[in-house]
Amino acid sequence: MVKIISESLIPVLILVIPFYGLVKSINIYEVFIDGAKEGLSVILKIFPALLAMLVAIGVFRASGSLDLIEKLLKPIINIIGFPQELVPLALIRPLSGSGSLGIATELINSHGSDSMIGKMASVMYGSTETTFYVLAVYYGSVGIKKMRHSILAGIIADIAAILASVFYSKLFF
Amino acid sequence: MINYIWFFMIAIGIIVGILNGKLDEISKAIIDSAQAAVTISIGLVGVMSLWLGIMKIAEKSGLTNIVAKVLKPIIIRIFPDIPKDSPAISAIIMNISANMLGLGNAATPFGIKAMEYLQEINKKDSPSNSMVRFLIINTASIQLIPAVMIGVRASMGAKNPADFVIVSVFSSGTALIIGLIANKYLENLSYFKER
Repeated sequence: MVKIISESLIPVLILVIPFYGLVKSINIYEVFIDGAKEGLSVILKIFPALLAMLVAIGVFRASGSLDLIEKLLKPIINIIGFPQELVPLALIRPLSGSGSLGIATELINSHGSDSMIGKMASVMYGSTETTFYVLAVYYGSVGIKKMRHSILAGIIADIAAILASVFYSKLFF
Repeated sequence: MINYIWFFMIAIGIIVGILNGKLDEISKAIIDSAQAAVTISIGLVGVMSLWLGIMKIAEKSGLTNIVAKVLKPIIIRIFPDIPKDSPAISAIIMNISANMLGLGNAATPFGIKAMEYLQEINKKDSPSNSMVRFLIINTASIQLIPAVMIGVRASMGAKNPADFVIVSVFSSGTALIIGLIANKYLENLSYFKER
């Protein structure tokens, strides 16, 4: 079931969305071209952040620091069955959207898109938002200065998402 | 925050590299990573543009409204203390619908609008319970079409670039439920109480 839905998702969306547009008498071709034009500017926005993060991870990994951290955390993450390769992604996901995209991309690139680590990284990236960014933008826009339990509750949700991505990935892939 | 993380990743990397005698490997990693950033970005352009085109059609034809209709009864339940006819409810619904469809750029203005309406009710410099709840829904972010990640996977030769979507919906759904339960408990603690 999960497999069928997953496999048909892209073709179905590419069929259903333009069809719905036609029904609503939208100039779908024109609108499509207009939207696709934004592709380059999105990439231009992602590129510098990706570059910054990939270089930092590159240095960190090549120096052996990543192995060191993994060794240090090993006893804890082994108990809950958390793959050590995903530790940096889990740590940075709530803090930086572009940074975590960089890390996830690097993981998918070096382990392969269809590897377990690659899939887990995709799930982890896709299942949570950049909590601190959301917090800053939304509270900042209305002048909220005290946080109450916002950060704690947000982090609990993040930890749940990170553990759940590993759990469900093992279950379904 | 990201300033420190970025700096320390590089700084610790170079110091540990010196201790490990791996400076040559680090130099190579810097050049290779910069190169990889270009390859990855260029590889993303095609899929990304395709998705943005399709999603523009979704946006213009009002597909968000359909999702909004489905969400409305759930949202009213999650926010019992907002009056049902308040514009805050519809702003929250539009924000969540846009987020679910992966229309991040369209979602943020609705989110800010929702916060403004909630602040009109709240009138303090600490967030109301509804505001925190809205925040948690946003951070757990259930995404039906995570376009960027589909694009990344497609550009790296995934057999089925969207195969992670359902699993990721499950895990963000779980996170949302756990987040809301934790929130329910936390918001009543005297230390965090609304005042």
